[in-house]
Amino acid sequence: MATQHSRSAARLMMAPAVILLLGWMLVPLTMTLWFSFTRYLPMRGDSIERGLEWVGFENYVRFIGSSSFWPSVQATLMIVGGVLLITVVLGVLLAILLDQPMWGQGIVRILVIAPFFVMPTVSALVWKNMMMDPVNGMFSYIWRFFGADPVSWLSDASVPSIILIVSWQWLPFATLILLTAIQSLDSEQLEAAEMDGAPVLARFWFIVLPHLGRAITIVILIQTIFLLSIFAEIFVTTGGSFGTRTLTYLIFQRVVDSQNIGLGSAGGVYAIILANIVAIFLMRIVGKNLDR
Amino acid sequence: MARAVSTRRKIATTTLAWLVGLLIFFPIFWTILTSFKTEAQAINNPPLFWGFEFTLENYAVVQERSDYMRFLWNSVIIAGGSTLLGILIAVPAAWSMAFVPSKRTKDILLWMLSTKMLPAVGVLYPISLIFVELGLLDTRIGLIVILMLINLPIIVWMLYTYFREIPGEILEAARMDGAGLKEEILFVLTPMAIPGIASTILLNVILAWNEAFWTLNLTAANAAPLTAFIASYSSPEGLFYAKLSAASTMAIAPILILGWFSQKQLVRGLTFGAVK
Repeated sequence: MATQHSRSAARLMMAPAVILLLGWMLVPLTMTLWFSFTRYLPMRGDSIERGLEWVGFENYVRFIGSSSFWPSVQATLMIVGGVLLITVVLGVLLAILLDQPMWGQGIVRILVIAPFFVMPTVSALVWKNMMMDPVNGMFSYIWRFFGADPVSWLSDASVPSIILIVSWQWLPFATLILLTAIQSLDSEQLEAAEMDGAPVLARFWFIVLPHLGRAITIVILIQTIFLLSIFAEIFVTTGGSFGTRTLTYLIFQRVVDSQNIGLGSAGGVYAIILANIVAIFLMRIVGKNLDR
Repeated sequence: MARAVSTRRKIATTTLAWLVGLLIFFPIFWTILTSFKTEAQAINNPPLFWGFEFTLENYAVVQERSDYMRFLWNSVIIAGGSTLLGILIAVPAAWSMAFVPSKRTKDILLWMLSTKMLPAVGVLYPISLIFVELGLLDTRIGLIVILMLINLPIIVWMLYTYFREIPGEILEAARMDGAGLKEEILFVLTPMAIPGIASTILLNVILAWNEAFWTLNLTAANAAPLTAFIASYSSPEGLFYAKLSAASTMAIAPILILGWFSQKQLVRGLTFGAVK
């Protein structure tokens, strides 16, 4: 029974949030779009005040044409794909495990979830030094204990190392969401299947997994959006070397290290388009959920 | 009815779950343990799990040498400030969307969510430029505003999902009893909304505390929070494992404790209400 009065009041209450987010989206985005069509090298004296030279799509062509572009796409795909695979598979298994009756369930849950609350710079440095260091890291002790030569993880197996670190950070997220989804599963259905003599694997494949389908999709979409823009984990471990330069990191280097704003902005536009493709799928699911 | 489970099976799952849990937690445990060792013991081979000399010296040294408290204070101000500012702006918005929904409410919510998907690196330079122009570079107020903006969609969404669960009939009942708009908000709605607001605050403090793109790129000496402070340890000199551990432990301890209280909210907040 919303009256005209309450409608305009509602609009007024929404205004600050909407205006702020609109500004936050439009202003920098317009600037990035503008820069991407110009030659903009602040180190050589280009500035907005003096007017930027319009170069059309040159930056877009050069960004894709550069020798670092395809390797960065490859690194991005490997890292995002690897982390998704590990977190979803282990997440499902862990969620099922944590759903079983056991002693100390609450404490185990806390242990499993803890990595999510560790700030990215800390987890990256802890893994780099305490775990993966070829001289003093825990892995090197274990390797030497078994008589093997320690591995310089972050230079010799850099991409798997980054995947391991990031998976460790995101496994709790996947587990927690999948666990929440599993707990909403009708246990009577499972019991009935059990009594009918359905083996464990069949129960998992035909009852549990379909039930988790939606949650898995959500985990994949949300993680993809966050994983596409991981930064600190690479910044403090490899600094983008040894084949760990992702698309995000490449753009960062173009903008900050080589101060080529035009080129970096063109890369930024590519990244924005990529993120939006993923976002559309996520929004559809979330939008459907709103109607219910 | 709980399923009957054999004790043997329960022992097996308990053992397996504890092993996995301890394995996942190990890097954190090892960091905390190492922070209480001397530098020499920290890199001892074989690694020392017990029998080392327990010392608090690292904590003292970290504070003394790098003025840890200043970074901690910056983190508190930035995470707390951005969350409170976000709540102030989001509560009216989420409120009106939940109680006076219109045809466009859904579109507005989804559009807000879409701003969260904007890759930060795509707008890094424009933001730095604006920050330089406005004198906001390396200031706490600048970071408060940025972190508020990137988390505002999550705050609005979380509040909206909580507010929507408050039954509208209760308002009508209050109105029948002769409550005015002021009483309605003050005595009926607010008490019911407080748990949701508290959960939202909790989750957003955690997200802002751990944010590590803007905090690394927009701060230098003055406004750097703990994320940036820890990153400065990435190019170490000499013996530093125990000190790195002490600094890390101090940086994550407050949020680990907060985080343990917020497991449920985490799911709701980060899936935008799609999984509850």
